[in-house]
Amino acid sequence: MNRLPLLFIALLASFAAAWLGLVFGLYRELGGVQPVSDPFTSELQPRPYTELELAGRDVYRAEGCIACHTQHVRGGRFNADIERGWGPRRSHPIDYIHDRPILMGRSRTGPDLVNIGAREARRSWHHLHLYDPRITSPGSNMPTYRYLYRKQRIGDEPDPDALMLAGEHAPPPGYEVVPTDRARALVAYLLGLDRTYPIPGTPRR
Amino acid sequence: MVTAPFNWRPHSRGRIADDGHGSAVGPQQAVDVEAARAARRRLVIDRSCRVPCLVLFCSAVVWLLAGTLLAMIASFKLHEPRFLADFAPLTFGRIRPAHLNVVAYGWAFNAALASLLWIKCRLAATPLRGGALVLAGAGLWNVGVLLGTLAILTGRGHSTAWLEFPVPAAAMLYGGFALVAIAAVLSLAARRVRRLYVSQWYLLGALLWFPWCFTVAFILLMPAPVGGVTESAIGGWYTRNLIGLWFSAVGVAIIYYLLPKLTGRPLYSHQLALLGFWALAVCYPWTGMRHLIAGPLPAWAITVSIAASVMLLIPLLAVTLNFHKTIRGRYRLVGPSPTLRFIVFAAVCYLLVGGQGVLLALRSVNEVFSLTHTIIGHAHLGMYGFFTMAMFGAMYYIIPRLTGREWASVGLIRIHFWCVGLGLALMVGVLTAGGIIQGLELNRAAAPLGHYIDEHGLSEGVGAFLSQLQVRGGAVDFLDVTRGTIPWLELRTLSGMMLLAGHIAFAVLVGLNVAGHSPPRPGPMLLSAAGRGRPLE
Repeated sequence: MNRLPLLFIALLASFAAAWLGLVFGLYRELGGVQPVSDPFTSELQPRPYTELELAGRDVYRAEGCIACHTQHVRGGRFNADIERGWGPRRSHPIDYIHDRPILMGRSRTGPDLVNIGAREARRSWHHLHLYDPRITSPGSNMPTYRYLYRKQRIGDEPDPDALMLAGEHAPPPGYEVVPTDRARALVAYLLGLDRTYPIPGTPRR
Repeated sequence: MVTAPFNWRPHSRGRIADDGHGSAVGPQQAVDVEAARAARRRLVIDRSCRVPCLVLFCSAVVWLLAGTLLAMIASFKLHEPRFLADFAPLTFGRIRPAHLNVVAYGWAFNAALASLLWIKCRLAATPLRGGALVLAGAGLWNVGVLLGTLAILTGRGHSTAWLEFPVPAAAMLYGGFALVAIAAVLSLAARRVRRLYVSQWYLLGALLWFPWCFTVAFILLMPAPVGGVTESAIGGWYTRNLIGLWFSAVGVAIIYYLLPKLTGRPLYSHQLALLGFWALAVCYPWTGMRHLIAGPLPAWAITVSIAASVMLLIPLLAVTLNFHKTIRGRYRLVGPSPTLRFIVFAAVCYLLVGGQGVLLALRSVNEVFSLTHTIIGHAHLGMYGFFTMAMFGAMYYIIPRLTGREWASVGLIRIHFWCVGLGLALMVGVLTAGGIIQGLELNRAAAPLGHYIDEHGLSEGVGAFLSQLQVRGGAVDFLDVTRGTIPWLELRTLSGMMLLAGHIAFAVLVGLNVAGHSPPRPGPMLLSAAGRGRPLE
């Protein structure tokens, strides 16, 4: 172990083996994943994100939602994710082909969101929840995102997306709380998160 | 090349950390001309390292304080979500990755690079080559960390854990690391001791592996993103390698160097060290998918990672046995020597975190505990209990040799050790316990633990909760799981305060020492009289 070139080559080789096997192997296997055709509508799934959803995905990234939320339904023997209603099947590499960057997450301080658009489709619920999560989910420790909303004087007619706030959150009379463009984009992204389409050949667990 | 004097003791089974000028304790008869010459050579080496290493160490301490502060805010927000909530840069989702990157690239990397350079020069018995390169590299690196952190706080961060710095900041880290690595390799190439001590293997490996996995991950995630699940796979692979093949390699190298130095005993077994090193080098790079067990990845990749993770028992046990056998019979020195206290604490955590890592790689365990606070506890046991404590130990040893000044206060060293030692134990304890309950409730339990405790009282309630896990009963309502974690998270904030107190004590010590307000160095500083006259430092 005193010959430097030999040591160097051995270190190189041991790491190169794993790099080729694991990273390059996965890259080759997952690089060619194609969307599937929905048997009912014959649309390709997953569909690409819309412009607004892409802007919302960027808000999701910037605010660091992945610090607490995952985006994958796990399989495995406990199957708890599916029993909990987080999705009809375990997630598959196909589900992520449009995700660049991927926002899969590693922590479940909050619930999984990969099918949140299918679980909770009400836009007003999402806005209230982001404004203060304790309104819709008592006991939640999610941060408030009031900085994504703004208070404004009610114009000729109220904004259709104005938040229905009551009690301590209610704005003063004559004012309303409306989502900023970033909040609208984020909610559009969340509502679009729906990977409940079937994938042929994928077991339920 | 010169042959180092008395670095080989034929009556022993191993050898002392071989830095070319003899060990701290040589045979009495040789302590004359040769020893004086060796001491002078050591002085020349230390002087060559002085400015570059002190710049790195001081930056590390500044980042340590900043990172702890960010962590405190993040931790407090987890149980008080309205705290500082209306100021976007301090929202939890930004401040948490900011904390992670500041402590990893600010604190841990700076401290690791400085220790690496100093130990490499000592073991090579040659003054540091390219000190100016190191200074330029340190500047570039730290500006990169600052810009990257600001980018995360202003919402410009990337989304892969441990790789949140955006392209310009990451590129600066890249350049900074390259400059420091060139200086390290130049010093190694100029070595005057032919034999490569075990620490050198680890450090050389770390210098090769980190830029490799950083290059691959950085390019495939940022300038030319591959997209899809492959990104998660690459992110996981990078994180694993960063922790196991950079941080833990540097930490183990430091312990291998300091343990024989401080105990005056040769390394127990060279062969065992070889086994531990090569088992790590061969197995560790394959463990990259461990964080994605039960995730949407091909089964073969996950199975390979699990198998490789279990095989990490070999290097873990080989290294720990070597540590233990080296210090065996000299454990009484742990009390008086500040460095040895931290180093031994780190070595114990190395064993614990390695064992926990093997357990967490098993499918049945992983499916319950991954994605919970248990994993955060595991990360702190590794990056703090093992790596950061080893760095504290190294800094208590190295900084006085760079500045020629002893530490200003024994009391502050004690405060530092006990605050961080107990604080870390509390933190890992509450995160593990809270995470276990969280994981069981998320995956197996039909009703939350609190429900059983309310009904049957504490001890019977826990028993009833555990017994019903055998029954497949669906899952607890998510908000009930969240409420159950809050008391544990409050205790975690308390543990963070203890760490912060320890870090302030440490920062004061380093500040006084570097600013020249500490006593000059007549000999090693001991925490008690018990160790005096013993072969120490």
